[in-house]
Amino acid sequence: MARELEPAGAGGPLADGMAARRPGYRKLLGLLWRSKTGTTGAIIVLLTVIVAVFAPLIATHDPGELDPLLRLKPPAWMEGGVDAHLLGTDNLGRDIFSRLVYGARVSLIVGFGAVLVSGLLGAALGLLAGYYGRWVSATIMRTADAFLAIPSILLMLVVLAVVGPGLTTLIFVIGLTNWVSYARVVRGEVLSIKERDFVKAARSVGASGGRIMLRHILPNIASSFIVLSGLNVATTILMEASLSFLGLGIKSPDVSWGGMLSDGRQYIATSWWVAALPGIAITITVLGVIFLGDWLRDVLDPRMKTKD
Amino acid sequence: MRNYVVKMVLQIVPVLFLISLIVFILVHVTGDPVNLMLPETATEADREALRAAWGLDRPLYEQFGTFLGNVVRGDFGTSFHYGEKALPLVLERLPASFELAVAAMLIAVVLALPLGILSAVKRNTVLDLFISGLAVIGKAMPNFWMGIMLILIFSVQLGYLPVSGRGGLAHLVLPAFTLGVGLAAQMTRLIRSNMLEILGQDYIRTARSKGLLEAIVVGKHALRNGMIPVVTIMGLQFTSLIGGTLVTETVFAWPGLGQLLVTSINTRDMAIVQAAVFVIAITVIVTNLLTDLVYRLLDPRIKYNG
Repeated sequence: MARELEPAGAGGPLADGMAARRPGYRKLLGLLWRSKTGTTGAIIVLLTVIVAVFAPLIATHDPGELDPLLRLKPPAWMEGGVDAHLLGTDNLGRDIFSRLVYGARVSLIVGFGAVLVSGLLGAALGLLAGYYGRWVSATIMRTADAFLAIPSILLMLVVLAVVGPGLTTLIFVIGLTNWVSYARVVRGEVLSIKERDFVKAARSVGASGGRIMLRHILPNIASSFIVLSGLNVATTILMEASLSFLGLGIKSPDVSWGGMLSDGRQYIATSWWVAALPGIAITITVLGVIFLGDWLRDVLDPRMKTKD
Repeated sequence: MRNYVVKMVLQIVPVLFLISLIVFILVHVTGDPVNLMLPETATEADREALRAAWGLDRPLYEQFGTFLGNVVRGDFGTSFHYGEKALPLVLERLPASFELAVAAMLIAVVLALPLGILSAVKRNTVLDLFISGLAVIGKAMPNFWMGIMLILIFSVQLGYLPVSGRGGLAHLVLPAFTLGVGLAAQMTRLIRSNMLEILGQDYIRTARSKGLLEAIVVGKHALRNGMIPVVTIMGLQFTSLIGGTLVTETVFAWPGLGQLLVTSINTRDMAIVQAAVFVIAITVIVTNLLTDLVYRLLDPRIKYNG
């Protein structure tokens, strides 16, 4: 289905001479400091990464440690709270703070891992479709249309139902269902870049198709790739949470915020914190990723800048 | 116009073929379908009998042919859980999902349109910042979490609204709002940037220089053109709306297609899963087609040769 309007975030052809003019490393940091939301996003993401990496040092309890005597205890500052459990305990007496800390690992690993998988696959297919055109392009883009016609969460549910849940499975399932946006954006860019003089020059001196794609075209689509990835990490983290919430994502003993939410759902009438806290963790993390992603877009890709 | 429709319908065929292929591969290649259909206590004889009955001992390409033939006839097999044909069971659930989706879309438009326009007209003011902030938070919040929190506040604490199920308008409020807010968050941002673009154009400046009231400039001149991409946005959002119903229906025990699908996946009722995937895919494709058509009707500049 031909669609004239690309969804927001998808880039059109690059104007000549605008590609690959990326600001340097030090200038980037300066720019980041000047953007309030960008700085906020960077701090949130950095903190989440630190929490995920040093989870064993930060957590006060083992995330799987059960304590049948201290079930559904409220956070320490509330009436009935216990000092040993800062954010209270869940229905099995597990420490919610420690579980949130370990949950950050899963969110980030799945978020970045799946985006890497879909990015590599989508970029490769987009490169091929854009560079070779004709039936290669037709096959890839029609497959992309078929993928677009199925809501990706539906596709993931079906695959996970067949192959069973798990961390690695989840990364690949989310990754393999989300390549379409990359393929479309990359193909669009390649279509315009391959008509530019430096590609024609490379071709005229006899460079092979593979060499032109990897050495001459790929570096020029790097900014769009990064911009798209920023947005995708946010949606992937939400996706993982939804799948784990439906019981098809992460399996215990791995801890996932979505799974914690699902556990806590039955107890909202009496113990709201069990379901409320993981949701807050997800919201803050995703907010950080969105802020950082938006800032990256404004810096790397001035064409996509929100007009203000 | 007619040619255009015919052309679009013809484009659907390969897409449907690919969906069939994807579903077939999922069910037949990634695992033994017999394992999916039978309980774990089944004996080897049971398995053999099922394999022969379903033609699973035939070569794959032959199985795919049979599968395609059945799909064309709308036969997705019999549900193990309900003991009835899968397709009617799935279609039965459509009205409930449709009701929820339409209500959510309505809430999204009612929220996003004024907020987006206001945000664009009062750009870079505190109000704009506030609305944009709301939109970002709405995007970052997991939908199902918001649903649970709404249940906590309005059903458990205040007792105003029912916790779950389908019935009168009161049952619809929370699930539709949950689904609608997520959509509204995305739409607000798009409507804002869209209106900003239009407000910067020459004919708006002309309208203003004629001394027209700002309300008329925005309401009549800008909005009319601003609506066109909104229709496209709504169409594009439909796919994510369907995805959203899967989770929202589960949270609120809303008896729609999404809930049926999630329970069928958990009980491994693959006939229903296949039928549901097809019904959803066709709904999405038809919606995309209709969006394209409405878009073209609204904007006479677009020709039908696309």
